[in-house]
Amino acid sequence: MKLLQKAGMTLFIVASTLLISVLFLNRYKLTDAALSKAITDSTERKMVAMDLAPMMGKTYDFNVSFNGDIDKHLQSSNKKITSKFEITDQDIGNVLSQFSGQEIRYSTEKISDIFDDSEEGQFKAQKLKDYTSWMHEKEYADKAGLQEHLENTKSSINANIVNDKGYSDYKIKALKLALTRQSGFGPVSENSLLWLLLTIGLGVVGALMYIFPKLELLPGIKNDHVYHSPNSGRGWVGYIIGFLLIGFYVILYWYPEYMTTWMELVDPISMALNGNEASQWFFYGFLYTLAIGVMGIRMIIKYRHSKYQMIRTYSVIFFQIAFAFLIPEILIRLNRPSMDLKNIWPLNYTFFFDYNIENLTHSGSLGLGMLVWGIVLALIGVPVITYFYGKRWYCSWVCGCGGLAETLGDPYRQLSDKSLKAWKIERWMIHSVLVFVVVMTFGVLYTYFTGSSEIAGINTYNLRTVYGFVIGAAFAGVVGVGFYPFMGSRVWCRFGCPLAAYLGLVQRFKSRFRITTNGGQCISCGNCSTYCEMGIDVRWYAQRGQNIVRSSCVGCGICSSVCPRGVLKLENKDPKDRFGEAILIGNDSVKMNA
Amino acid sequence: MKHVVIIGNGIAGITAARHIRKNSDFDITVISAESEHFWSRTALMYIYMGHMKYEHTKPYEDWFWKKNRINLVRDFVKSIDTAAHRLTLDQNEPLTYDVLILATGSQPNKFGWPGQDLKGVSGMVSLQDLKRIEEHTQNIERGVIVGGGLIGIELAEMLNSRNIPVSFLVREAEFWDNVLPHQEAAMISRHIRRHHIDLRLKTELKEILADNHGRVRAVVTGDGEEIACQFVGLTAGVHPNIKLVKESPVETNRGILVNEFLETNIPDIYAIGDCAEHKNPLPGRAPVEQVWYTGRMMGETVAQTICGNKTAYQPGPWFNSAKFFDIEYQTYGRVWSKLKEHEDEFYWEHESGEMAMHFVFDKPSKTFLGINTFGIRLRHEHFDKWLKTEVSIDYVMEHLKEANFDPEFFKPHEDDIIQAYKARYPDAKVNVKRKKVLGIF
Repeated sequence: MKLLQKAGMTLFIVASTLLISVLFLNRYKLTDAALSKAITDSTERKMVAMDLAPMMGKTYDFNVSFNGDIDKHLQSSNKKITSKFEITDQDIGNVLSQFSGQEIRYSTEKISDIFDDSEEGQFKAQKLKDYTSWMHEKEYADKAGLQEHLENTKSSINANIVNDKGYSDYKIKALKLALTRQSGFGPVSENSLLWLLLTIGLGVVGALMYIFPKLELLPGIKNDHVYHSPNSGRGWVGYIIGFLLIGFYVILYWYPEYMTTWMELVDPISMALNGNEASQWFFYGFLYTLAIGVMGIRMIIKYRHSKYQMIRTYSVIFFQIAFAFLIPEILIRLNRPSMDLKNIWPLNYTFFFDYNIENLTHSGSLGLGMLVWGIVLALIGVPVITYFYGKRWYCSWVCGCGGLAETLGDPYRQLSDKSLKAWKIERWMIHSVLVFVVVMTFGVLYTYFTGSSEIAGINTYNLRTVYGFVIGAAFAGVVGVGFYPFMGSRVWCRFGCPLAAYLGLVQRFKSRFRITTNGGQCISCGNCSTYCEMGIDVRWYAQRGQNIVRSSCVGCGICSSVCPRGVLKLENKDPKDRFGEAILIGNDSVKMNA
Repeated sequence: MKHVVIIGNGIAGITAARHIRKNSDFDITVISAESEHFWSRTALMYIYMGHMKYEHTKPYEDWFWKKNRINLVRDFVKSIDTAAHRLTLDQNEPLTYDVLILATGSQPNKFGWPGQDLKGVSGMVSLQDLKRIEEHTQNIERGVIVGGGLIGIELAEMLNSRNIPVSFLVREAEFWDNVLPHQEAAMISRHIRRHHIDLRLKTELKEILADNHGRVRAVVTGDGEEIACQFVGLTAGVHPNIKLVKESPVETNRGILVNEFLETNIPDIYAIGDCAEHKNPLPGRAPVEQVWYTGRMMGETVAQTICGNKTAYQPGPWFNSAKFFDIEYQTYGRVWSKLKEHEDEFYWEHESGEMAMHFVFDKPSKTFLGINTFGIRLRHEHFDKWLKTEVSIDYVMEHLKEANFDPEFFKPHEDDIIQAYKARYPDAKVNVKRKKVLGIF
């Protein structure tokens, strides 16, 4: 390693460490100003201010203790509220006393008489009426039967009191994030631009100092020491990076209140772009775009002997910066619905959610245009373009997930599992996700148009919550990127992405795309299979002289690049005979299937 | 049930086993002392350079053999009793066979140089060689490679990947110019030097010197120059590995002698791949051809014969490929290092000096005879057809674009090549069609 590269790597590690340390630099103090910025609704603000009164003006050194106190106070408030509004055994006794003897016919009308006119009395009466409406006019053989139903009703009502009168879990999470975001103060808040430069800025400089000297190597395949490296060879560096990435995604999706300082770092950029303070998603988008940009430069330098690789990399960098990052921010600034125009359903699984449809249909012609664009792209664009060029037009040229995999993930592409078993698991998993997303979307649309939240006994809201948690966050984020150093760069694309499954079905059954093998020139060396990020055993086809037509192939073209004998070529040609016969040219003794 | 025993699990032996399985229900046993499973010898260099691990070089997963009822035996065959149809093994009980296929491969040449068996001297053919190279190239200051062929340049690239300075002793005037025409040989020599290899042309090895511990300390060249080094790679070609049959009645010369059906002089014993020597080689072909592809084709052919479809070995037009550091090489048909009588040539080289095409054709009839291509990939299928149908050089030029196999967006050079060809042969009739935009319009 050259001196400059060593310095660059050192700088990068220092900057990364600093970026993590930044999370511990700020202190936190709840003030009226913070409250009014964090909570817009004045009734809610008053209530929170009262409940968090003991915290006011108190300085916390750590984010964790600050959030711990918020949690403590809100929970204790919840307890008070619950005990005030909860339905007691006595209330149930009172209800029961309204009915007597055998052959009881239950009626909700009798409930009002039991409770007084106080707030809690009214609340209880209303809840009991609502919750037992299905029991109205129902006949019970004796009191015991009615009592059992009422007891169950009681626990359901009590468990839900905080959602109406107090703080639901969801609200507590949101309050924690908003309050922490507004209560932080310290060096980072005072000079966020400086800290941005010291952390992410220096990190980028360090990375580029490490990358650019590679220009001095002669152009050509540069995979020396890939398997010797503790990073790309599944060694200790890879493990550290993997766990850091997993940790990052867990915080991002489920504990954003612990990364508010990072949001402050990028405030200047967010303000400049869309006029608002940065959210966790802005920080994530910014970092994501930088990663694709910087590692894209690395990719371009590494493959500067291959125009296909260079153009493809320019393409993913462009779509990330323009479509995924800048345009949505500018749309926000223009007060228009923000949309990543290249994020296609079903990868963009929220596209048909009620709030998105509402948002788009109420935003004038631009919104409607976006709605139509999204539908046309998913239903016509995908099959037509995939017919002509294979799924690569999206997966390795346009897609953001693919973009990250092809740049940040490139050092790990060889770690994908090539076994037949992995292929079997892959087909089951990815097509299950596709079925799941179609069912969920259908359910959500059903609810949107009919207003009924149940379809065939399944609650569509639960369906989308489960999908969002398991597939959208845990699979796509935590596993999808966090597992780069363990299972290669395309874990999500290969095992989970429903759009990849959809594109793959088109590619497999109706497309001009295939990878052609060059006669009998294959020497079975295994470079193609090893460097296939999708885990396709390319060699298995090449060494028997058969074209490669696989639904999972994203057309990155690396197999063709690393082939030392010029055996593989990505081609769009007449779909007739695209599978080709498995015949190796060169042996005239016999014509046989290899 | 007939028991077919194959000695050697390289590409020849394994291809034979696979095709016998496809076409029969015979019992199949493959014996190898080198490795438990079939692996791709051509990938040896990539293991050393860290592009791949050993497991990635295995073309079939480990379950494949059991599933296909190919019995693998890891052992060394000590002798063959041809009368009793029996093999004596080093570790296991003797094994009897009905049909025996010898696919024992080849071994590095050693020409009796003083010091050739010292510690720190190795060929590069087997996994054991790889292990030795790995062991003897730790923290060394210089390696010397003797012999400028395909293995030599691979070894140079390997040591280069670990920043070990390399002196590369090549007997010829340019690298591999006993196979490549001088233009290409010169081009590759230049490219080797661009990679900072100390390429010593017209230089032979005289002896290898030892230190006090019996380890390599230097080599002495033919001119008496001493080059200090701690590792010596002997890559001056390979010869058929026939040690096993030397003591048996199986007839040998340089290799194990076979007829066109790959039969040896002993019934039910065949020889294929690197170890086989053709008694009556086909026109234009060498008696011993030690390349991956011929090994594979002999395996395919012998399987037919053994399964009852007696088939003569009939390889199609010659083809081969290699990669010299960053320059890919493919050849179709015959381009000899020196033009034969009645042959004519057209050579084109890109201004970068790293891409070239060398066409050879019959002067009187203009029939296309062969091509060497460097840095531009060409389609095997097209050239195989053109060579078989004996098209003219003009035809090849006219259809050159169709034969391009470079990845998309690569700069095409056919127009330049055709233009240069027309300038050289103004009477040539070459009409080139336009290519479709984006492949559709």
